[in-house]
Amino acid sequence: MDNLDQFRLEVREWLEDNCPPSMRTPMVPEEEVWGGRNAKYVNPESKLWLDRMGEKGWTAPNIPKEYGGGGLDRDQTKVLHQELHRIKARQPLNSFGIWMLAPCIIEFGSEEQKLEHIPKIIKGEIRWCQGYSEPGSGSDLASLSTKAEDMGDHYLVNGQKVWTSYADKADWIFALVRTGPKEPKHNGISFLLIDMATEGVSTKPITLISGKSPFCETFFDNVKAPKNNLVGVENSGWTIAKKLLQHERNFISNFGLAGGGTGSGADVVNIAKKYLGEMNGQIANASHRENITMHKMKEHAFGLTLQRSGDEGAKASAASSMFKYYGTEHNKTRYELMIAAMGNKGLGWTNEGFSDDEQAITKAWLRTKANSIEGGTSEVQLNVISRRVLDLPN
Amino acid sequence: MKLTLTEEQQFLKDTAQSFARDKTPVTHFRELRDSENSQCWDESVWKEMVDLGWSGILVPEKFGGSEFGIAGISVIMQELGKTLTPSPILSTSVLGVSALNMLGSDEQKKNYLPKIVAGELTTALAIDEGNHHNPFAIEAAAVLDGDKWVLNGKKVFVVDGASADIILLVARTSGKSGESNGISVFVANKDSAGLDITKISTADSRNYANIEMSDLKLDQNALIGEKDLAGETLEKILDLGRIAISAEMLGNTEEAFEVTVNYLKERKQFGVQIGSFQALQHRAAKMFCEIELTKSAVIAAMHAADENSNELERLSSLAKFQAGETLHLVSNEAIQMHGGIGVTDEYDIGFYLKRARVAEQIFGTSEFHQARYADISGF
Repeated sequence: MDNLDQFRLEVREWLEDNCPPSMRTPMVPEEEVWGGRNAKYVNPESKLWLDRMGEKGWTAPNIPKEYGGGGLDRDQTKVLHQELHRIKARQPLNSFGIWMLAPCIIEFGSEEQKLEHIPKIIKGEIRWCQGYSEPGSGSDLASLSTKAEDMGDHYLVNGQKVWTSYADKADWIFALVRTGPKEPKHNGISFLLIDMATEGVSTKPITLISGKSPFCETFFDNVKAPKNNLVGVENSGWTIAKKLLQHERNFISNFGLAGGGTGSGADVVNIAKKYLGEMNGQIANASHRENITMHKMKEHAFGLTLQRSGDEGAKASAASSMFKYYGTEHNKTRYELMIAAMGNKGLGWTNEGFSDDEQAITKAWLRTKANSIEGGTSEVQLNVISRRVLDLPN
Repeated sequence: MKLTLTEEQQFLKDTAQSFARDKTPVTHFRELRDSENSQCWDESVWKEMVDLGWSGILVPEKFGGSEFGIAGISVIMQELGKTLTPSPILSTSVLGVSALNMLGSDEQKKNYLPKIVAGELTTALAIDEGNHHNPFAIEAAAVLDGDKWVLNGKKVFVVDGASADIILLVARTSGKSGESNGISVFVANKDSAGLDITKISTADSRNYANIEMSDLKLDQNALIGEKDLAGETLEKILDLGRIAISAEMLGNTEEAFEVTVNYLKERKQFGVQIGSFQALQHRAAKMFCEIELTKSAVIAAMHAADENSNELERLSSLAKFQAGETLHLVSNEAIQMHGGIGVTDEYDIGFYLKRARVAEQIFGTSEFHQARYADISGF
């Protein structure tokens, strides 16, 4: 037996002992865990599962042990995921901290910042949100104008962020701020960590076409942020920002493919059979069946591409742009196919005349429209591919 | 299953890449097209491929082959596809070898495989009878009359049929058209009496033939495999062929795309490189994504074939579908992005379009494989 097999056995045994029974049942939205100072646990076993996984560092398996991570290599991480999948274990923690911030602090942060922030992220003690976009800076993110003035021992932050997911629930925000007002736009940006409890920070939720959303506007009114919360070097935050966007893109495209993040993991084939009927075990309508097959084949090939990228040891930022573009466009198509297959049952808004599942799909369909906008629009991803991979001229 | 190449496969790919670049650039195809060579591939080039061992990639070692597998031959075909290199590698090294090896008796294998490895024999698999690929729609019939098989019927669009030394004829020995049961495979020399082979002229200037069997009489040992029972194995042989041609189509696509992207960087209009126009950039970026998906589908399918995976059928259909869709897109866009010169015969890019549409037809179009994938998946 090789080391990996041995590891698999250990993992299996540990999971057997430590994954509570209700954490092996399908996730229900109200029991999703995001951690943080103000987290509420509808199901106490969610907290238990988080604490146990956080203690092992397995909420962030590939982060080094000295910062509270699992310290696993690529193969071991894969084994862990396989074993979690095998027992259908729930995700113990959803975390922008793990998905986006921690890798950047590891790469760019000071030792002090790593020791201060990463363990709390991994244990789910502190919940983070992302302060990037501004009302006047969407795709042209580098034009951002939230300013942070050097006041000696702290920065004085003034401005507004938008599309800050869960800002109203987060404990801290990682924000892009302008520290160099006179520098060319990309060269005057810094990456700053701000405690949301600081005086002068306020948030306001945004309602979307799909209804309630986690998005907020976040306002900074003379907010004092200690200078040691700057990550990396002043005015060189754009490099960190870009790196973090890659992590975000990978996350969004993977999430989209899994059917998560949209309120419903419903399978388009099952939906079609249910609402269009079956004939000899097949989706009864030939044109719907054809469209859905095309979609499923693209999904298969895209899934294989994610796998290949992993097998090759993914490196390039261009790959993340491709995955973000393709994954989100694909997810939009999936929901279009789904509501098309449902006919008038795919158009409900409240429970008058529609089941919970039906409404969820309709809302999810509307929500997917943002997938190809948030985290860099599809058009921006195509620009990145054109310039960086194909080397086409500006 | 790791979706990467082994060192051995990478080596074969590198060798084929140098070969195609040095021995068979696209000018080689153009010269053949414009020549009187009726078989549409060059004997001496094939001889060199044979010397490299490419005729025996799928042949068991005991018959002189290397057993490098479908992955091995696919990466070679991918590279040959880049320069549109014509050769009997698909018809002989993939289809002929697989049919003889998977269906044939030891004696038949001993009789044919070493000769194929040595380059002394080329083959063709004659299966389709209609305007569209439909492997079980076999009406050509074989009946036993005394100690001879007697075959009657027709075959169309037989790849390399106009040059092959032996033809593998798929015929019905029982049942009716559309059934998998009742299908048998026979081998016949090209000059057998009652076998009428007519070369057809296709847009891609390659070698295809229509074949008529009129009371073609064959000895009993011309039956390859068991009577009536070749259907299932034939599907597998076709899947190997589909994967190999998907790899070639991927090569066609990669080259047509690279040539086009380079052209976008060279060609100037309105005082700038046309590649600076976002209308073209985004279309190019979308093609890039589809090519990446094709690479993944092809590599997954070829490994599935070599690992005898039960996903072979689905992955083979996925590969041929995705390769077909992508080549279709890229070959059209390549012409459009080249503008006027793209539709001239002087420019090579048109060759890729012509080859594309023919390759899309071989062993099933995207539509065929979409339907097959849906059936297998239970949609």
